Amino acid sequence: MTSKQKFLYFIYLHRTGLTVTGLSLALLFFPVIENNPYTLGLTNLIAINAIIVLGLNLFIGYAGQISLGHAAFFGLGAYGSAIATVTFEIPPWPAMLLVAIIVALVALLIGIPILRLSGHYLAMATLGLNFVVHTVLLQWDEVTGGPSGFSGIPYLSFGKFQFDDEVRLHYLLWGFALVGLLLCLNLVRSGVGRGLSALAGDEVAAEALGVNTRNSKIKIFVLSAVFASIAGSLFAHCYSFVSPDSFGIFTSADLVIMVVIGGMGSIWGSLFGAALITLLPEWMDMFETYKDFVHGGILVLVLMFLPQGLITGLVEMVKTKLALRRQKDAAA
Amino acid sequence: MLQLDQVSKKFGGLPALSDVSFTVPKGKLTALIGPNGAGKSTLINCITGVLEPSSGKIQFQQQQIDNLPAYQISRLGISRTFQNLKIFPRLTVLDNVLTGLTNEGGNSMLLAMLRLPDLRHRERQLRLRALESLDRFGLEDKANWPAGILAYGDKKRVELARATVGKPQLILLDEPVAGLNAEETAAVGEQLRLLRSAGHTMLLVEHDMDLVMEIADQVVVLDSGKGIATGTPDEVRRNPLVLEAYLGRMDATA
Repeated sequence: MTSKQKFLYFIYLHRTGLTVTGLSLALLFFPVIENNPYTLGLTNLIAINAIIVLGLNLFIGYAGQISLGHAAFFGLGAYGSAIATVTFEIPPWPAMLLVAIIVALVALLIGIPILRLSGHYLAMATLGLNFVVHTVLLQWDEVTGGPSGFSGIPYLSFGKFQFDDEVRLHYLLWGFALVGLLLCLNLVRSGVGRGLSALAGDEVAAEALGVNTRNSKIKIFVLSAVFASIAGSLFAHCYSFVSPDSFGIFTSADLVIMVVIGGMGSIWGSLFGAALITLLPEWMDMFETYKDFVHGGILVLVLMFLPQGLITGLVEMVKTKLALRRQKDAAA
Repeated sequence: MLQLDQVSKKFGGLPALSDVSFTVPKGKLTALIGPNGAGKSTLINCITGVLEPSSGKIQFQQQQIDNLPAYQISRLGISRTFQNLKIFPRLTVLDNVLTGLTNEGGNSMLLAMLRLPDLRHRERQLRLRALESLDRFGLEDKANWPAGILAYGDKKRVELARATVGKPQLILLDEPVAGLNAEETAAVGEQLRLLRSAGHTMLLVEHDMDLVMEIADQVVVLDSGKGIATGTPDEVRRNPLVLEAYLGRMDATA
């Protein structure tokens, strides 16, 4: 092996680690180059969405299930943290953990019955869950503040250091997003991850390979709910205000669109999908009113032409082309 | 190693299997044959836990397995291939074979997410084993291809590699050469012989008589859900019941 080949092989071998390091460095220096609070506000929102989408992609893209209700767990996380820190005066960090545990239990209790369903039925059940949670947030005035929202949520802090401006929040939120990214990348590269891909491919085959399909689905559902809950807690502490509007079914639909754009079963794609759909309304503000139309249109187009998702679809197309060309070359 | 004792399966009152009994001895290749609709696939599905027998007992290494779910039966060391291919077209060939090692990758989600050095080491070992297995089946230069674009014969080989990579105690092969041409059939036959000489125990469901007669140690014949004969290929070939039920008809159509 020449030194150049060795170098390329090293890069190939450590491609995941190197990409994560590269991304971390880019994010570390991003606020130095770009300190416009508005832009940072947007990238921070991307981080929050990315955390949910990472978890949701495990559930949709890897385990091959569908959820049109993850905004419910996002909302439970946000309101949970709001109520815990303001009403019960629990410090924010333990509150976040406590809320995540409660949401995990809720997801477990809901997941056990509804994950017996699949396809359209599962989609409807999760949609129903979202409606229920949204309605409770809206109607239970004394606890949630009702339609006018819940304000006065404290910022997260370490001692005197408060995460209260965009730059500090940038590091907080992207720190969480990167940890989430790393955990997901590790998971999918393990036996558990392969079991999940098997499950998405064919349940009978997965069982024959030793995958406990029922348990796996429930575990991933709970895990994705925990990701959404933590994102919700961060959301609440970041804006110090939450209202039921942020957790309706259109949010759930947008989350699914982010997964689809990024690509089913692509962890990196999740970041891309979250970024694109978060930024899209900014790029075409004249379409603001028609946002849901545009998002819906994108969803339909992607599913029609690249059902594996935009990024995954393109990557797989290139891979297939390359493999076929190599075969042709070998034959010639 | 595997013992079936009066296994029956009814679908809504219609008997698909009635009182089938036989034993698959360790280290031997047992072939299960029978005309279409004889109940071979139903039997395989009962053994692997896809279906639960209506009555009767299935024992694997002295343990009763007919009441276990499919994934637990797999974890006991029974692997299988499928009649109509169940590979994962979007995964690479290597990843497909790695799914055959799911049981050995550990199933703690938390540990997987932390990916401590111990797990990393084990993952590397599993990868090496998967690559070795690809080598054995002549797929090494296609390791990174999406499995969906492979030719049919190669897909069958991927499934064989996946079924054998975990060093299972018992391998169930559901028509491994169906749809292959003569040359490919010979290649798979060669693989099966190699597996048998490596000491694997196998149960082979197959229509290809030449292959069965050539490599089986023991043949079990099913007809209309009943076991009508068990014996060496020669004994079975001479059995008048079998000739009538199966080989006679084969000759007429061949």
